[in-house]
Amino acid sequence: MSDLHQTPLYDLHLELGGKMVPFAGYSMPVQYPMGVMKEHLHTRAHAGLFDVSHMGQVMLTGASWDAVATAFETLVPMDVLGLGDGRQRYGLFTNDAGGIEDDLMFARRGDALFVVVNAACKGADIARMKSALEPDVTVTPITDRALIALQGPAAEAALAALDPAAADMRFMDFRTLNLDGIEAWVSRSGYTGEDGFEISVPDADAEALARRLLAIDGVEPIGLGARDSLRLEAGLCLYGNDIDAQTNPVEASLTWAIQKVRRAGGDRAGGYPGSEVVQAAFENGVTQKRVGLAPQGRAPMREGTQLYDAEEGGRLVGAVTSGSFGPTVGGPVAMGYVSDEYAGVDTALWGDVRGKRLPVHVAKLPFVAANFKR
Amino acid sequence: MKFTEEHEWLRVEGDEITVGITTHAAEQLGDVVFVELPSEGTVVSKDDEVVVIESVKAASDILAPIDGEIIEVNSALTDSPAMVNDDPQGEAWFFKMKASDPSQMDEFMDEAAYLKFIG
Repeated sequence: MSDLHQTPLYDLHLELGGKMVPFAGYSMPVQYPMGVMKEHLHTRAHAGLFDVSHMGQVMLTGASWDAVATAFETLVPMDVLGLGDGRQRYGLFTNDAGGIEDDLMFARRGDALFVVVNAACKGADIARMKSALEPDVTVTPITDRALIALQGPAAEAALAALDPAAADMRFMDFRTLNLDGIEAWVSRSGYTGEDGFEISVPDADAEALARRLLAIDGVEPIGLGARDSLRLEAGLCLYGNDIDAQTNPVEASLTWAIQKVRRAGGDRAGGYPGSEVVQAAFENGVTQKRVGLAPQGRAPMREGTQLYDAEEGGRLVGAVTSGSFGPTVGGPVAMGYVSDEYAGVDTALWGDVRGKRLPVHVAKLPFVAANFKR
Repeated sequence: MKFTEEHEWLRVEGDEITVGITTHAAEQLGDVVFVELPSEGTVVSKDDEVVVIESVKAASDILAPIDGEIIEVNSALTDSPAMVNDDPQGEAWFFKMKASDPSQMDEFMDEAAYLKFIG
């Protein structure tokens, strides 16, 4: 355990009774005494505070916004140049085969680009950006700031109690707020399907801010366990499970994240790693697709569950990549990849659970409608 | 009541043994969302996997503590798996079995020894 990193909120997690587990090289709270189920439901009903300081924060700067954005577009198939100041977008790093190296959030902060990447990928992501973008663009890993997510319908009122300007932000806005004297870089986004914020603050201020927020009625600390079930119900991908270096964005059903300007016929089409593969996938279709999966019984279908097109015999047509119990749905929920011809909503399939084929239907994502303030 | 190192409790009434999991085990599992019970009449050997319990986090098994026959299962758990968290050492028993060799019970711990075992 001694070689695990700790976030600036480590001592607070212990004080709050967090059950600490190793995650991406960090000791992180998987749950608090409330438990995964109640933490999940609390977040959807009120507000949850999550420590996501293990994620990578990186600032990209250059001669101008155009220089930074144009350079970043060589790594991601997203419209970066068209991003307005104070706005954020979801993105993907692709590889030469069109596979996904990581998913990320990026926000424009004046002429700079603020990037948040997954903890497990941050070393590789920083190396990728440095190698591709320097020296024209300076890639600065931010190692002295914590990241706190505040999610749920009560998040706005809680954060607005510290800076009323929080209430003026819309979904995917990005602003610098003054939270009781703490300079915070705040985006109105998150990974739970709920309205909420992600708040980057200096390490030294993180615990004070977390305590201040937790003192507000309705705000409870929430662990990684509930974060996983919340994102699964929201139909959001977990990198390493639902998307990886072998899946391209079209297979991953993430085409919504690729703006028209970067697709064939767009003004800045292609120009990112593997663009010809992704373009071909757009044009010719793909052999497998990420879909939602609703087990018809009560048994959860976990990651790795094999999917068949018949209760007996038949063919193997896919597998579950994330599967658990959805506390808000009140039943098992999953997502996975199935052969393209089986990807239609309501298609009846069978999952092999401990040697028994149990019925599962292809389902529309998300399982729980998003509650964003657009 | 007797306790196993697998965190099961066993209540002996004549030649009938009722089996459940301990409060400690239920706390470790977290919120139970699914329970799969064996069929009544199943003949089992010690350490056979007889019950599947799924929590929000993961699946785990309950093993047959001794050789014998499953004579009754608590089917209420199928519809209300959360009972396992609410009352693990009471209402939420899993199954009753008839022991083939009651002397297999001798190795199990009493409550004091179990509490010491879990520290």
